[in-house]
Amino acid sequence: MSATAVHSLWTMAGGVTSTAPVEKFKAPVIEYTQLAPVLIVIGVAVVGVLVEAFVPRRARYYTQVFLTVVALAAAFAAVVGLAAGGYGTTKAHIAAMGAIAIDGPTLFLQGTILLTSLVAVFTFAERRLDPAAHGKHVVDSFAAQAASVPGSDSEKAAVRAGFTTTEVFPLVLFSVAGMLVFPAANDLLTLFVALEVFSLPLYLLCAVARRKRLMSQEAAVKYFLLGAFSSAFLLFGIALLYGYAGSVSYATIANVVNGSVTQIDPALADTMGNDALLLIGGAMILTGLLFKVGAVPFHMWTPDVYQGAPTPVTGFMAAATKVAAFGALLRLLYVVLPGLAWDWRPVMWAVAIITMLGGAIVAITQTDIKRLLAYSSIAHAGFILAGVIATTPDGISSVLFYLGAYSFVTVGAFAVVTLVRDAGGEATHLSKWAGLGRRSPLVAAVFAVFLLAFAGIPLTSGFSGKFAVFKAAADGGAGGLVVVGVISSAIAAFFYIRVIVLMFFSEPKADGPTVAVPSPLTMTTIAVGVAVTLVLGLAPQYFLDLASQAGVFVR
Amino acid sequence: MENLIALLVAAPLLGAAVLLCGGRRLDRAGHWLGTLLAAVSFVIGVVLFLDMLGKGAEDRTLHQKLFSWIPVEGFQADVAFQLDQLSMTFVLLITGVGTLIHIYSIGYMEHDERRRRFFGYLNLFLAAMLILVVADNYLLLYVGWEGVGLASYLLIGFWQHKPSAATAAKKAFLVNRVGDMGLSIAIMLMFTTFGTFAFGPVLAATGETSEGKLTAIGLMLLLAACGKSAQVPLQSWLGDAMEGPTPVSALIHAATMVTAGVYLIVRSGAIFNAAPDAQLAVVVVGAVTLLFGAIVGCAKDDIKKALAGSTMSQIGYMILAAGLGPIGYVFAIMHLVTHGFFKAGLFLGAGSVMHGMNDEVDMRKFGGLRKYMPVTFITFGLGYLAIIGFPGLSGFFSKDKIIEAAFAKGGTEGWILGSVALLGAAITAFYMTRVMLLTFFGEKRWQPDAEGHQPHPHESPKSMTIPMIVLAFGSVFAGGFFSIGDRFLNWLEPVTGHSHGHAPIGAATVTAATMVVLVIGVAIAWAMYGRKPVPVVAPRGSLLTRAARRDLLQDDFNHVVLVRGGEHLTRSLVYVDHTLVDGVVNGTAASMGGLSGRLRKLQNGYARSYAVSMFGGTAVLIAATLLMRAV
Repeated sequence: MSATAVHSLWTMAGGVTSTAPVEKFKAPVIEYTQLAPVLIVIGVAVVGVLVEAFVPRRARYYTQVFLTVVALAAAFAAVVGLAAGGYGTTKAHIAAMGAIAIDGPTLFLQGTILLTSLVAVFTFAERRLDPAAHGKHVVDSFAAQAASVPGSDSEKAAVRAGFTTTEVFPLVLFSVAGMLVFPAANDLLTLFVALEVFSLPLYLLCAVARRKRLMSQEAAVKYFLLGAFSSAFLLFGIALLYGYAGSVSYATIANVVNGSVTQIDPALADTMGNDALLLIGGAMILTGLLFKVGAVPFHMWTPDVYQGAPTPVTGFMAAATKVAAFGALLRLLYVVLPGLAWDWRPVMWAVAIITMLGGAIVAITQTDIKRLLAYSSIAHAGFILAGVIATTPDGISSVLFYLGAYSFVTVGAFAVVTLVRDAGGEATHLSKWAGLGRRSPLVAAVFAVFLLAFAGIPLTSGFSGKFAVFKAAADGGAGGLVVVGVISSAIAAFFYIRVIVLMFFSEPKADGPTVAVPSPLTMTTIAVGVAVTLVLGLAPQYFLDLASQAGVFVR
Repeated sequence: MENLIALLVAAPLLGAAVLLCGGRRLDRAGHWLGTLLAAVSFVIGVVLFLDMLGKGAEDRTLHQKLFSWIPVEGFQADVAFQLDQLSMTFVLLITGVGTLIHIYSIGYMEHDERRRRFFGYLNLFLAAMLILVVADNYLLLYVGWEGVGLASYLLIGFWQHKPSAATAAKKAFLVNRVGDMGLSIAIMLMFTTFGTFAFGPVLAATGETSEGKLTAIGLMLLLAACGKSAQVPLQSWLGDAMEGPTPVSALIHAATMVTAGVYLIVRSGAIFNAAPDAQLAVVVVGAVTLLFGAIVGCAKDDIKKALAGSTMSQIGYMILAAGLGPIGYVFAIMHLVTHGFFKAGLFLGAGSVMHGMNDEVDMRKFGGLRKYMPVTFITFGLGYLAIIGFPGLSGFFSKDKIIEAAFAKGGTEGWILGSVALLGAAITAFYMTRVMLLTFFGEKRWQPDAEGHQPHPHESPKSMTIPMIVLAFGSVFAGGFFSIGDRFLNWLEPVTGHSHGHAPIGAATVTAATMVVLVIGVAIAWAMYGRKPVPVVAPRGSLLTRAARRDLLQDDFNHVVLVRGGEHLTRSLVYVDHTLVDGVVNGTAASMGGLSGRLRKLQNGYARSYAVSMFGGTAVLIAATLLMRAV
């Protein structure tokens, strides 16, 4: 039923003058309470825009931080409420006229996105890291006035006036709203809209770094160009699938794929059921999603953007985007294309293998900590793909668990990166991290915990996650992937451990960076990151059970 | 009554725990406590013995299960004790001689400030040895076996400030480890073969087991016995072990440690009976060691090392007898007991001599001591007469029986073994007479010690002489007591079994031959050392003498074959590790680094290149998907 409903909505929205009688028009049924998390976030984002327009400059920062934190917390509470109400399990269903699926994976991923965003927003709000510029000016990670040309007089004037870019908070909220919809999208158009809603604010956020502005803008432009390119592939794929199935609804496409729908729309009689359209369209949609998760060979934006973007944005993006994109990928492969598993599995095998190996190998020669973490995120995308390919219920739940574990480690690690600074801002070159453990043992130790979690050493969440994913992959008949995964984990361990060795066993440099003492905001971020890392490493069973309970897609 | 068995073990174990953990406040009373607990153990042993005598031969075996040690499905082991006539014999020897040595040590170690610790170790030694002989399964026996190894290590290296003592302790420990490996492999083989470790089921099941497996187990048990009992080829530690205090030597040589190997083989008699090849290996080892130790004993000028060679040789007799099977088991144990008396007496005597001679051990610097140390002279002399087999004394009965049993083996084998045993008896007579003459007869050849003190030989205190007197009684009467009316044979036969074999020559002939070789040995010694003056500095000697002084080149052999060979092996392994293993690892790392450097160049910073990569990737993705369908 939902497929036709969406179809009719689509044609009417397109401006086709309907000859049908007015009484036949049925108002769409929107389950507002079940969409509450998205609605809260997007509503507060709109309020945030109004705040920028009407609240005096001095009060904006506090208002925005307050609103953002409240919105994210409230949305998370709503997710918990829905989950407690059984919407993740027994009451799972398709809502909003077939556009949104409310089920276990949706709620689990939304919860993860909201929590990581909440933690990441604390680093956005951090204002005490640049003691050299302290005094009259408030200094955060973002440009005083994003529109001013770098190095120009207007930039200097803006800095002198103490402007800040508080717009980042509504931008984050818009992005989060898109991310909340992305894994829940149950038709291809919603998927596309959600993709754009969360991508566009991210492009902007990448461009507003306070230091190294040109690099930041370059990153943003690259991200935008390549993102638009990948969106084009996605959109083209959507068109082809519509041609194939006569619908953009996941359920209808799935039914056409497995042959249970034979009724052919007369307008599409030439194309419907043509497998070439299905395969090409499916591959193009996969391209769009693999771009977002940063899988090889669609990963090349990752290091440049991770390096150029303001570090808080990098942390947020690396964690939350990955969660949302993998959620959408899972739903697409498990709900829309399960009948095509024999076609996409070998291809995804290849992608997973080159992603794991490519990320790990290229990371070896990196000299910048942010690029290093970028390649590490690529390798991790490969590990998660191994779990995706398992095509078993365990595969879903292991991926959910991995995403939760990984996102907190990532946010925490990038938060630590913001602390290590010299006169030029963050000191991201690895040579400057030499001997950090001698001067700031606590910071270095915390970072070492995150690195060990990335490397998947036992007693950290990285190990639990990797173990779950590899076990699911092996049980799902992808033993070869597990072998490659273990080999690339070994390669990856090298460069993680190398950073630890550098921090603790090298002589500190005379002109080395200083470690800023952050406000309680960043401290909270890091503390939560460490806590989650250790809890999921020491006692993962409760969360594994939760993920396994949540690991059923509604169709 | 069976509950006393645990107390038997517990008394010295408690002593060890209290003395070793008690700290300095026990320094003044520690030696009395240690001696008392050893004596308590002996008294319990006597009570158990009297109780055993009161029963018929059939129900003399006592069992006591303390607790289930390893209660795993399919792998059951209990801490349980078994006391039969064989164990009883050992218990009395260990606790009896052990207690005497404790008493002796009170005087001997009087001036040592670590005396409390010494008594703790002595108690530990007794406890471990008692566990070894009363265990009812091989796994618990192994515990005692290792405990004996540990205690011997601690005691041989007791004077750890002397590097030679520390080295000797380490050597004893390492050589014993080789034997221990044999025992542990034997136990593993038993478990896979029989599914259990307990003596009863294992020894009862030998009938249904293939001879090959039993031979393997037997050879491993023999290896174990060689380690503990200092038999060729694991004999090299015994001579160096003389670095320990003399009571320790007495304890190791008479009551504990070296007797463990004989016990193991006799206890496992059923396995050897069913594996003739292993039994042959046992007699060969025994015969070789018998001559080896005797020859070494002839050349040593160090009184303790001469006695050590003698121990090796006498244990060789016992192993030889044990290898003869049911013909010899009883006589092996009987010789073990009489040897326990006279060898303990000889060592304590040697200690007494050293005590009076400023700790000098070179017999060429003794001489004429009989007038100065009459008690030592008489007790040592009785021990001497016993060991050479002087008619009527202990050694005469027990050694004679072994020589007879060797001939009774029958065939060519019997003749060879019998002749070797006879030859050994002749050499024993020679070297023991040599020790006697060099020490107590002839001119005084006393030399001042390193600090210039002229020795003033004197009789030792009562605490030392009384144990020597008691042991001398044993040396004189034990053999006769055991042999007259076949007392010992009847006592032990229910456990070990006995058969008479087919002696090609009569017992009287053997005894006569033994007497003849005895006289020859003594006469040669008299001719060489009694009639002409003995030089203080040893003459160069013949090739054999020089080799025997170096323990028949045992250490040189070990060094060249084992140490050098081991060094070559490890060096080759290190080389392989460095070049091959590290090469592969480092090569992989380097190639990964190179690959990384090359792949990195793809990341050139141009958005257009990135877009091309995406485009190519998508094209390949589509092509591959279509290809999958086409295939």
